[in-house]
Amino acid sequence: MKKVLSLVLLVALMGTLFTGCKKDDQVVLNVYNWGDYIDEDIFDIFEEETGIKVNYETYATNEEMYTKIKKGGTQYDIAIPSDYMIEKMIKEDLVEPIDLTKIPNYANIDTRFKNLAFDPNNAYSVPYFWGTVGIIYNTNIITEPVDSWNVLWDEKYAGQFTMVDSQRDSIMVALKKLGYSMNTKSVAELEAARDVLIEQKPNVLAYVGDNVKDMLISEETAMAVVWSGEASTVIQEYDNFEYALPKEGSNIWFDNVVIPKGAKNIDAAHQFVDFLCRGDIGFKNADYVGYATCNTETMKLLDPALMGTTYAYPDDALLENFEIFSDPGDFITEYDRVWTELKAK
Amino acid sequence: MVGKWIKRLYTLIIFGFLYAPIAVLAVFSFNDSKSTAKWEGFTLDWYQSLFQNDYIMKSLYYTVLVAVVASAVATVIGTFAAFGIFYMKTWKQKAILNVNSLPILNPDIVTGISLMTLFVALNMELGLMTMIIAHVTFCIPYVVLSVLPKFKQMPSEMLEAALDLGATPFYAFRKVIYPEIKPGIITGALIAFTLSIDDFVISFFNTGNGVSNLSIAIYSMARRGIKPEINALSTLMFITVLILLLVLNKRTKIEEI
Repeated sequence: MKKVLSLVLLVALMGTLFTGCKKDDQVVLNVYNWGDYIDEDIFDIFEEETGIKVNYETYATNEEMYTKIKKGGTQYDIAIPSDYMIEKMIKEDLVEPIDLTKIPNYANIDTRFKNLAFDPNNAYSVPYFWGTVGIIYNTNIITEPVDSWNVLWDEKYAGQFTMVDSQRDSIMVALKKLGYSMNTKSVAELEAARDVLIEQKPNVLAYVGDNVKDMLISEETAMAVVWSGEASTVIQEYDNFEYALPKEGSNIWFDNVVIPKGAKNIDAAHQFVDFLCRGDIGFKNADYVGYATCNTETMKLLDPALMGTTYAYPDDALLENFEIFSDPGDFITEYDRVWTELKAK
Repeated sequence: MVGKWIKRLYTLIIFGFLYAPIAVLAVFSFNDSKSTAKWEGFTLDWYQSLFQNDYIMKSLYYTVLVAVVASAVATVIGTFAAFGIFYMKTWKQKAILNVNSLPILNPDIVTGISLMTLFVALNMELGLMTMIIAHVTFCIPYVVLSVLPKFKQMPSEMLEAALDLGATPFYAFRKVIYPEIKPGIITGALIAFTLSIDDFVISFFNTGNGVSNLSIAIYSMARRGIKPEINALSTLMFITVLILLLVLNKRTKIEEI
């Protein structure tokens, strides 16, 4: 009897699953974002102001997000991919055009970050956060100032630093050290980069992912190749760290807001993009996330001490040789091959 | 004498390996810093902000909901499947059992992507329903495998005897077979429940539109670092399970007496 009863209950429960989601005509906006990359309090503000409810979901890599959107079966109204992924998604017709006339707050975006190569007229994407890749080091251990990728090939620091376990970022370090473009399509340059990385490998403590911050704080490693956002988290909590932008140049990256193909609420999505571009909302996000905002109004609200720091808002002069990743298209197989050869050594 | 100490030491080492990571995790849920590497003082802030974090709370809700529904459905389906398989001819039984173990041997990513492809082909919107169906799918084989041995231990004439004595098949199942296979059903349900709570890969590909479980929420934080709120949540979940186990053990002991 119990079993029958539980079966009936189960069916009833499943019924509520179907009906639970769509109670009334309220517009629900599906937002797909990196984990922990927005101040979730702004969803309440947005709902209060517009009556639009935000349904929030997260991903860990550009590639995961791309797979979910490409495969279909989902309706995301907002997503926040990085530069090279935006280029790829535009090529593959996976994003809706953005009508900038519906986004008055677009005027707040710093002109330095508009019309970049991956989306020349900002026809598909609006800047959200940006940052760099550089070297963070513990000044108690590394006493000489760092300003070049060459320190990572210095025998003095053997076993005291980590590289980043990301194919294009690590190859980028070697390419830049050698003075090549990090978007190179030359097999010879790539193989030269591979060779210096193989030469360096015995001195590398480890190729690490997201645990690099803990390794730095616990002094397991003295120096590491990191994204500026990670450096900012560590430096704001501990004084004895510095973040260096190598003079040979490095990667400057952007995460922009897009409206993926298949979005149901394109008008509401535009409203949300405009909302994100507002100075005060941008401030809430920048304050929570700790990455560098692309919004000039937001920058006015931020702590002036952040301006000019290497990890948040570096001077333009320091970014001279910096490049944005572009989508290598089919040439990616060469990157894959070189990376595998390095890892196999 | 020495042997006794070696035995104790051995047990200690094993429990150390099993529980040291959980202990570290629990300790750092009280750490007054975002770091999980360096102790900076005691705080309860992470527990407070855990309950204020809508996204984590919603993920917890979906995790538990999916685990309860999926394990219940999978247990019912799996038990009846085992019933059927047990009374099959030998070669048929072998064939079906092989088919049953395929999903277990299959890498999760293959199961995940093929289910996703199926849902998309059927024009189903990815979300809670598809996630539950996916979980039921990968849980059933485990339930079958844990219930089937109980059928094999049961005297095979029991069902026939019950039917001879005038029980209807359903009555015989409830009154004769069910009590015999109950431990297997409970084990199966528990395995299904834990597998469902644990799963990341299959869930990731088969959810969408704002539904995510804890494994997805935690995994996607990796870029910015796992927050101590997750340590706090894990600690609470561990304590809940521990208390549940202690209570259950005590109750079974009382019943035995």
